[in-house]
Amino acid sequence: MSTTNVDGCGAPDQAAPLPASVDVEKETVITGVVQAGEAPVAGAYVRLLDATGEFTAEVVTSPAGHFRFFAAPGTWTLRALSRQGNGGTTVAADRGINTVALAVA
Amino acid sequence: MSREDVLVSADWAEKNIGADGLVFVEVDEDTTAYDGGHIPGAVKINWKTELQDAVRRDFVNKEQFEALLSQKGIGNDDTVILYGGNNNWFAAYAYWYFKLYGHRNVKLLDGGRKKWELDNRPYNTDVPERAATTYTAQPQDLSIRAFRDDAVKAIGVQNLIDVRSPDEYAGRLLAPAHLPQEQAQRAGHIPTALSVPWSKTANEDGTFKSDDELRKIYADAGLDESKDTIAYCRIGERSSHSWFVLKELLGHRNVRNYDGSWTEYGSLVGVPVALGDEPGEA
Repeated sequence: MSTTNVDGCGAPDQAAPLPASVDVEKETVITGVVQAGEAPVAGAYVRLLDATGEFTAEVVTSPAGHFRFFAAPGTWTLRALSRQGNGGTTVAADRGINTVALAVA
Repeated sequence: MSREDVLVSADWAEKNIGADGLVFVEVDEDTTAYDGGHIPGAVKINWKTELQDAVRRDFVNKEQFEALLSQKGIGNDDTVILYGGNNNWFAAYAYWYFKLYGHRNVKLLDGGRKKWELDNRPYNTDVPERAATTYTAQPQDLSIRAFRDDAVKAIGVQNLIDVRSPDEYAGRLLAPAHLPQEQAQRAGHIPTALSVPWSKTANEDGTFKSDDELRKIYADAGLDESKDTIAYCRIGERSSHSWFVLKELLGHRNVRNYDGSWTEYGSLVGVPVALGDEPGEA
């Protein structure tokens, strides 16, 4: 699959590469890096929960700790499980690229 | 049927790596996970390229399934332990598929890759060489498979269980949120279907909840145990997970998986569709 980097929120290094077919004008992308301290966490399990706390999706972070979801505008909770520890955060997502920092400890 | 007949724990699995008559099989959409590390001795099956017909939308036929298992070195008498990523979605799909073709001894590894990795259990990258077998499959057991007409006839009559996320059920999303939302078919759910997301049946580490917890989830949702049940999702993999819970863990009779699921139903001309968070009327 061909991919392209899409800059967003002034932190392009935080965004996972997107397939060229994805229209960022229409999609609500929630993306970021799982970190333990300063170090990215590869192989972490990141799940996206909706505003009621219900599971919506789960991905495994890339070797660089990246995760990415295609969601919809609204409030979402992210939850990460890893051998380095667990963590979570909430995000108010808009259409386009939403970049989130997710720390585990 | 008890839990021990259909499910093994990670502890049990680790102690039984390399045991005679036991074959670990990793089933995923993305086989790069297997290539990066897998349970020692496990063989891989790609659910899309090896279990689906390459041209029309259907499963491989009996002869193709026989050829696949023979080539993988899986015999009729082997106990197959299935596991994978995505909370065992595709492993559960393969479990249902192995049952469809009549494999006798097949079990799921509770928690799949996620539990295994969070426990820091061993992986390796060696691809095992298993001698080919001569596998014989049974004709498809259609008592566990529902088709589109079955789904339409079940409206208002049988239990329809929609196991997708609440946003997919209501029609606010067309696909799970880790996939681009590119499909063109209509959004919503089959009228009268109860929303019981597959994720309610699993713990955060991917293991199944206890039988008591599972019974309560379906009772609270309003499932009528005196009726037959059809489970569906988007493409039939998450509903295999819930089919496993209802049929294999809870022992309900007459539970079928509708593998055409929403990608088929949501594209049919003229069938009723319900939008929003309520089941809707028949």
